[in-house]
Amino acid sequence: MSELSDHPISASRRRFLESAIAGGIAATSLAGDALAEIGKGTENLPPKIPEWMKTPGDPVGSQLYGTPSQFEKHVVRNVPKNAAQMISASSRAPLQDLDGIITPNGVFYERHHGGIPNIDPEQHRLILHGLVEKPLIFTMEDIRQFPSQSRIYFLECSGNPTYTKPYGKTASDLVGLVSCAEWTGVSLKLVLQEAGLKPEAKWIVAEGADAAAMTRSIPIEKCLDDAMLVYSQNGERLRPQQGYPLRVFLPGFEGNMSVKWLRRLKVTAEPAYSREETSKYTDLMADGSSREFTFYMEAKSIITRPSGEQRLSAPGFHEITGIAWSGHGKISRVDISVDEGKSWQEAQLQDPVLTRALTRFRFPWRWDGKPVVIQSRATDETGYVQPTLAQLIAVRGENSFYHNNAIWPWRIAANGEVTNAQV
Amino acid sequence: MRKCNMRTASAALLAATCIAPLQAQERYTIGRAATDAEIAAWNIDIGGNDGSNLPPGSGTVARGATIFAEQCASCHGDKGHGGIGDRLVGGQGTLASPKPIKTVGSYWPYAPTLFDYIRRAMPMNAPQSLNDTDVYAVSAYVLHLNGLLAAAATLDAKSLAAIKMPNRAAFVGDPRPDVK
Ligand code: HEC
Repeated sequence: MSELSDHPISASRRRFLESAIAGGIAATSLAGDALAEIGKGTENLPPKIPEWMKTPGDPVGSQLYGTPSQFEKHVVRNVPKNAAQMISASSRAPLQDLDGIITPNGVFYERHHGGIPNIDPEQHRLILHGLVEKPLIFTMEDIRQFPSQSRIYFLECSGNPTYTKPYGKTASDLVGLVSCAEWTGVSLKLVLQEAGLKPEAKWIVAEGADAAAMTRSIPIEKCLDDAMLVYSQNGERLRPQQGYPLRVFLPGFEGNMSVKWLRRLKVTAEPAYSREETSKYTDLMADGSSREFTFYMEAKSIITRPSGEQRLSAPGFHEITGIAWSGHGKISRVDISVDEGKSWQEAQLQDPVLTRALTRFRFPWRWDGKPVVIQSRATDETGYVQPTLAQLIAVRGENSFYHNNAIWPWRIAANGEVTNAQV
Repeated sequence: MRKCNMRTASAALLAATCIAPLQAQERYTIGRAATDAEIAAWNIDIGGNDGSNLPPGSGTVARGATIFAEQCASCHGDKGHGGIGDRLVGGQGTLASPKPIKTVGSYWPYAPTLFDYIRRAMPMNAPQSLNDTDVYAVSAYVLHLNGLLAAAATLDAKSLAAIKMPNRAAFVGDPRPDVK
């Protein structure tokens, strides 16, 4: 730690900071004037010398925690417009405006059941009890004392999207309840070993310290496999929206099971049959039966560019790109159709192709200016192929709400406008 | 699911799905023993299917009606027909229709889950504010509204665990991959 962060800032140092910040604000308002011209301004185009070259920019440290350019203000979470309440609700990642496979923490999708708690990590505890030899209680410092690991995994809400109309307009509307990050924490198995599992241990009931005391039961096999207790995301401590200071992470499983704000793990012989795993996250079939404990997110993909509400400027070269993922492992291939699904061609998969992570695919394409329907189809390493919506509905009906991993085709009109082709 | 007996399982099985039995010195000895009092206060989950861990005490439908009117109706409607909060009543016979209505009465497989959920999460604006008596009472009232409990009834751990929910048999395991 530097001296600066350990000691009160000296008066001269503070004066320096204040003048630097004031300078920064002046520079920002200059840029603000330039912003007013965006879209119509030409005074910064060649052969003129751009405004932002004629005066120094903001000083170093003018933003102690950086934010995106003010010209990127539209790249934000996609929040429902007419929700009855926003305490148990979700917001979506702006997939069509993101590149690569890592979702920035600030726009990572959200799903909370009792709002976002503001937890003081000093006063946060994890209790591990039930069918263990020795019930334990951990501070956050304790948790970080364990050997750590970092893994890149996607996280996806099980209802992403539903099966019924109206279908979303953008990639975010459709499948924005998926995001991907590098998660750092400890293998859950190591923590369980500290307490010692009793032979009857079959499930672990995880409980959050939020106002919903969110509760899900996790099969012991998963807990002893790749499950983690996570405290960091993309290099920094978890955001409050993602479970600060501690969450469960279950790679490939439906998002709500990766219980956030984790305060308790109870080892049991049977699942709790909590409200979230009976009333809520169960899948109603057309015949009135319901599937329970539908953990895995099956293979899925979507083209994010060009995608709904975007517009191709002109005929000619356009890269088709998007993301693919599978809760069952690695993506083995993604195929693209540019003829309403009549024929398919293999896309390039961008390295790295990781287990249970988003995989970026790219497909070089020339648009001839004629109306066309484009779509992507993922295959994972188990050989499973992403189905069409019609195939899913034929088996499950339209009421099942969760685990819709259908192909979503985009229609490109002669004027370049892209819309959802699923009508 | 495979049984995971750490003392008797073969080495191969241990490698596959079980934690190998650890010698004391192999542990990291991180964390401290949780006290009974610490555990008891947080140990709120109820076995949804068997009512295990339901607390002592009881509550009446009549008392539940008062609590519901005061603390639940603003979001769930006077008789539980829904509002900002979910509809809690009715819907039996609709699950296989194009417009299924999922409620406690029509959908939930297990009654003890109701106590568990209300105690931990409701009322949404003040969760964990009801005492056990009141949670029994308001659970009783919601069950009564669904025709699953008589108006004069008192609900306790035993009677709650004994209630057979109408939709209980309709839950099945995960058959996926179901589209091939
Ligand atoms: C401020 C509004 C509000 C109040 C007050 C409120 N609830 Fe709720 N309730 C909700 C919302 C919203 C949900 C859905 C939560 C979710 O899906 O995560 C809900 C869900 C429920 C459910 C689960 C329904 C299902 O089928 O899964 C039950 C049961 C319930 N509430 C009972 C109660 C009771 C009993 C009270 C009074 C003690 C109460 N609620 C007070 C808003 C409220």
